[in-house]
Amino acid sequence: MTYKIVRENMLFKPMRSLLSILLIGVPVTLILCLVGVSQGLLEDSARRTRGIGADIVVRPPNTSVLSLSGAPLSWKYVDTLAKVPHVTVATGTIMQPISNSLTLVGGIDVPSFYKMSGGFRFVEGGLFQNPNDIIIDTYYARQKNVHVGQSIELWNKKWNVSGIFEAGMLAHLILPLNVEQEMMSSTGKISQVLLKVDKPENVQPVMAQLHQMLPDYPIYTMRELISQLAPENVGGVREFINVIIGIGMVIGFGVVCLSMYMAVLQRTREIGILKSLGATRWFILKLILAEAALLAIGGTILGIVFSFGAKWIILQLVPASIPQVIVPEWWPRTAIITLVGALLGALYPGLSAARKDPIEALAYE
Amino acid sequence: MSERPIIAISDLHKIYRVGQVDVPALRGVELDVKPGEFVAIIGPSGSGKSTLFHIIGGLTPPTSGSVRVADQDLSRLSDAGRTALRRNTVSFVFQKFNLLPNLTAADNIAVARHLSGKDHKDDPKFQEALQMLGIAHRLHHKPAALSGGEQQRVAIARAIVTHPAILLADEPTGNLDTQNSQAVLDLLRDLNQRLGQTILMITHNPEAAAYGHSIVHMRDGRIVERT
Repeated sequence: MTYKIVRENMLFKPMRSLLSILLIGVPVTLILCLVGVSQGLLEDSARRTRGIGADIVVRPPNTSVLSLSGAPLSWKYVDTLAKVPHVTVATGTIMQPISNSLTLVGGIDVPSFYKMSGGFRFVEGGLFQNPNDIIIDTYYARQKNVHVGQSIELWNKKWNVSGIFEAGMLAHLILPLNVEQEMMSSTGKISQVLLKVDKPENVQPVMAQLHQMLPDYPIYTMRELISQLAPENVGGVREFINVIIGIGMVIGFGVVCLSMYMAVLQRTREIGILKSLGATRWFILKLILAEAALLAIGGTILGIVFSFGAKWIILQLVPASIPQVIVPEWWPRTAIITLVGALLGALYPGLSAARKDPIEALAYE
Repeated sequence: MSERPIIAISDLHKIYRVGQVDVPALRGVELDVKPGEFVAIIGPSGSGKSTLFHIIGGLTPPTSGSVRVADQDLSRLSDAGRTALRRNTVSFVFQKFNLLPNLTAADNIAVARHLSGKDHKDDPKFQEALQMLGIAHRLHHKPAALSGGEQQRVAIARAIVTHPAILLADEPTGNLDTQNSQAVLDLLRDLNQRLGQTILMITHNPEAAAYGHSIVHMRDGRIVERT
């Protein structure tokens, strides 16, 4: 019977209910999109890093797993580290972001990179033929709607697209190492050294030797690097998500508080009727809390649906720049966050309804 | 009829505080009602009729005096105790029907059954009452789709579904035309005669008051005459 009353109450003022659900759904979408984008960015980064085929990554001192731009290392490191026992291939790459974007352009030494990774799988065209050639991945080609033979603008220069490769290899855009070094005024410099080891069991001995050789350098096995590419391990991301969750909770709390306060005012007489029939304070409070919970569940479902919509829109507009993923593991979390916010928001109007004097409530017009 | 009163009121006072002023609504009411009695209460506006109902029905506590309803001393009842009284012992029928507008007639009745904790029991006596009320075919309509007379019959059904010891009808014909008023009064009399329902009814209409076994006249917060 409680559920029936709550359902009929919600259906009696459908616009109020729908508006509340919509307003609760917006912060849910915000949370899911934010988490989806941060996870998507890191997964995309991990996939591209994994695609290289390296076993060990050597980064410059004072860098984190995410900070890759700049080229402070000399190519000489590649030559030196290639001589370490069990290292079969060594290469270096330079990484530089496009202006005002998270998208990176990777510069590769084609022979050693191909030896390590096995090469790109082209869906259109092929490798660089001329100094102003660039190759791009399928995401970036879709985002910019370009094909082989067309040009793109990068760092105030026009580049001819000579090939489009399957995404998941180092970066969305690739240039020859020397070309990118020249563009960055970093001739002979690289952003990281990548090493391939002869056998998996030799990775740890090589790591030990590298730590001895380069004690101040962040050196990761590929497994370590990829495992660290998670929102929990990236400084600031976790806190940023928590702030958004907090904002989401406050919005949910405010929307439900206002909505249920209005509902209680509108239903003053009905509350009086229920009290005249012998409804306890708890019964009245339960009706308000149950309605708030249903609004929260509706808002969560709507938020989840909206997150799919947001992903679709992002995929149409900027598939390479913002690789959002759907994060089902966050659905129950956002449901709990929304539910807590909504129940807290419904508590004050619920208690004021429960405390209403039945005679005054019955006299309410 | 048993001689032991189901309602026993002695020296009942009720004072409302309006701003900083005390307003006496009842000034020493004395009233006994026996089980199965049908008592009409008449009096001008402000004479204290509704306040008397609110106290007997447990909607508000008395300021002083003794009020015993179905062997419960209302002056000692807590808010929860008065809630339980409304749930199990007394029921109201209001002038404005006071049905829940979102629910069908059947659900309005079901809410009262649910609150009293009797919603899973077969109830042949109530089925008989429903036949008397003549609303069986209108139970799946919401109040807005029912006439005033039908709404008041649903309100009566809701009031008696819990088999209360006392039915308090506060001007039950006040919003009805003559024909529907007659039907509702006939129903109340049938409930009283056939099911032995104790009824107290407030009315301004002397013809309606004549349906009662006795008529209580109130003025200025006191019972001035019982005929």
